[in-house]
Amino acid sequence: MTSIAAPAIRRTSFNTGWQWVLPPLFFLSVLFFYPLALIVRESLLGHGRSLSLSHYDAVFTSGLFQDALLHTIVIALAASAGCLVLGFVLALVLSFVAFPGARLLARLIDTFIALPTFLVALSFTFIYGSAGILNISLMHLLHVRLPPVDFLYSAWGVILAEVTVYTPFVLRPLLASFSLIEPAQIEIANSLGAGPWRIIRQVILPAAIPALLAGGSLCLLLTTNEFGIVLFISAKGVITLPLLVYDQAVQEFDYTTACVIAAANIGLSLTLYSLYRMIITRFGGFRAGLV
Amino acid sequence: MAPGAVIDDVRSAVRAGSSWSSPKLGSGIGFEDVTVSYGKLVVLASLSLTIEPGEIMALIGPSGSAKTTALRAVAGFVRPASGRIRIGERDVTDLPPHARDIGMVVQNYALFPHMRVEDNVAFGLRARREAKEAVKQRVAECLRMVGMSAYTQRYPRELSGGQQQRVAIARALAVRPRVLLLDEPLSALDAQIRHSMLQELARLHEAMPSLTVLYVTHDQTEALTLADRIAIMRDGRLVASGPSQALYREPPTRFAAEFLGRANLLPVTLEAADAGDGLARVRLGEISLLVKARPGLSVGRDCLLCIRPHGIAMRPGGRPSNELTGVVRAMQWQGDLHSVTLETQGVLIRMICAPLRDPPSLGVRFPIHFAAEDATLIPEDA
Repeated sequence: MTSIAAPAIRRTSFNTGWQWVLPPLFFLSVLFFYPLALIVRESLLGHGRSLSLSHYDAVFTSGLFQDALLHTIVIALAASAGCLVLGFVLALVLSFVAFPGARLLARLIDTFIALPTFLVALSFTFIYGSAGILNISLMHLLHVRLPPVDFLYSAWGVILAEVTVYTPFVLRPLLASFSLIEPAQIEIANSLGAGPWRIIRQVILPAAIPALLAGGSLCLLLTTNEFGIVLFISAKGVITLPLLVYDQAVQEFDYTTACVIAAANIGLSLTLYSLYRMIITRFGGFRAGLV
Repeated sequence: MAPGAVIDDVRSAVRAGSSWSSPKLGSGIGFEDVTVSYGKLVVLASLSLTIEPGEIMALIGPSGSAKTTALRAVAGFVRPASGRIRIGERDVTDLPPHARDIGMVVQNYALFPHMRVEDNVAFGLRARREAKEAVKQRVAECLRMVGMSAYTQRYPRELSGGQQQRVAIARALAVRPRVLLLDEPLSALDAQIRHSMLQELARLHEAMPSLTVLYVTHDQTEALTLADRIAIMRDGRLVASGPSQALYREPPTRFAAEFLGRANLLPVTLEAADAGDGLARVRLGEISLLVKARPGLSVGRDCLLCIRPHGIAMRPGGRPSNELTGVVRAMQWQGDLHSVTLETQGVLIRMICAPLRDPPSLGVRFPIHFAAEDATLIPEDA
């Protein structure tokens, strides 16, 4: 009797499983995969009727694309490195330095995740812009006619804004990782003669590496695709891939070039996402906290 | 590894390394009126206690009695609100933990999970910038001492609880500490491994007699097995201290009697403070008993008579012996012993004896005996 009942149950659950997969698959196909396929198709066909890589060849060899790719990679790497350093320092302070309001401060930093990215860029213009608080104050103080602080409308401004926005993506996993470190480990290390730097280097940092890798790769992915901040700051000579897609599609009406650049951007993003998933798989679950 | 082999290894390590005979190891610990408080909450009140060089002092007490706080104050993780702490001749009250020359072992081992066993043991030596060759030699020596030489390349997660604790002990000893602080080091182990680790700790200390150990535990068996002296804490205060056997045999207070092993406490009245031969005479209901005299008690005073369960027997033992008649109220066989609850003079008492071939039935009345030297007086208000 058991041998008859068991396959029947298995078959039912198998069929039910497929039924549950179909609706989300349908919506994904209509809303995501199909538009993506259209972009790839457009990038390959262009105005002609046959598939060709000639558009890719033309775009990839153009100085504009190469500049945009370089800017994208440099800004993403610099911003991610900044996020890692700032996130690590903040997480250290919030986790290991006892002060009132530490949890509130962590929550406040978290709220950056909920805000639109361009808001930070907007707020930066009020602080660091030509007519911002900092420059006006310094001009009064130093009796100069031109704003002395002039980094916002350059790649540095974009990087600073991205660091501000994306640091919580490193901070959050680091705080979770630090909460798993036994306070006794730090106390024992201290009692054995280790000073703060050695404890950070040899006890805390190794435990933080999975969180740093996961948070860092997520930051790299997000900063590679960042559009709002770059557009809002409009730094002179700083064009990234997403901005170049926007520029070609909306301002130049050259959809084929826009689609080629978009396809390259998608390829870069998927590569970075694969890296992120690999790290999560390698260090996630029971391996979290272990190197 | 056989216990005998461990002790041999320890002794050979002592002979070979000679580092264990370092004069540093002869340092004692002194609490001088130490008070620890968090805001207005006093958690450790005016602790004054001296631990002699080479002594094992067990600090025991129930949860919340501040025994761990006292240990953490020695380690430097808790700053006293008042009082001084000394290690050897040195006042360490204001020194950071890494400048105190201590070794510490905690309940959950706190090994560094990303380091192999040998790196864990070498951590303190490297932090003190010892020469590479010296570190290597010392790590090998310490791991040999705790019987973990075969596990140098393992990560902590690849070791059992007992093995991890051995590594933690080796790590603490590797830096040649002035004192060794053990904070409930065996609590996370199962009963069998705890027993064998207790024996190994005793043997390690036997091989390093100059090492001063402060051992915090809530387990009276660990304290009695290992410690030269025991200090009992309650509600942040030291309530009793003394040599382990003396404290067990003659507890000064009711709390000490009940916390340090099981005790029968019978309400008696002192009839004669000096009945000759260091004995006193007390009255329990209608019966007069001879017990060990306790100075400072006046005739007519109400006291508690403390008799340990194994001090009561079915046949007369030491001289002079007392006899009571008990009625069996409960009987438990516990494998290697029988626990019998008896009612006598309106009081329930417990007797522990070797397994009985023919145990008495419930309600049966029979005589029980205890030697005067096994019966101690405790002032009722103590």
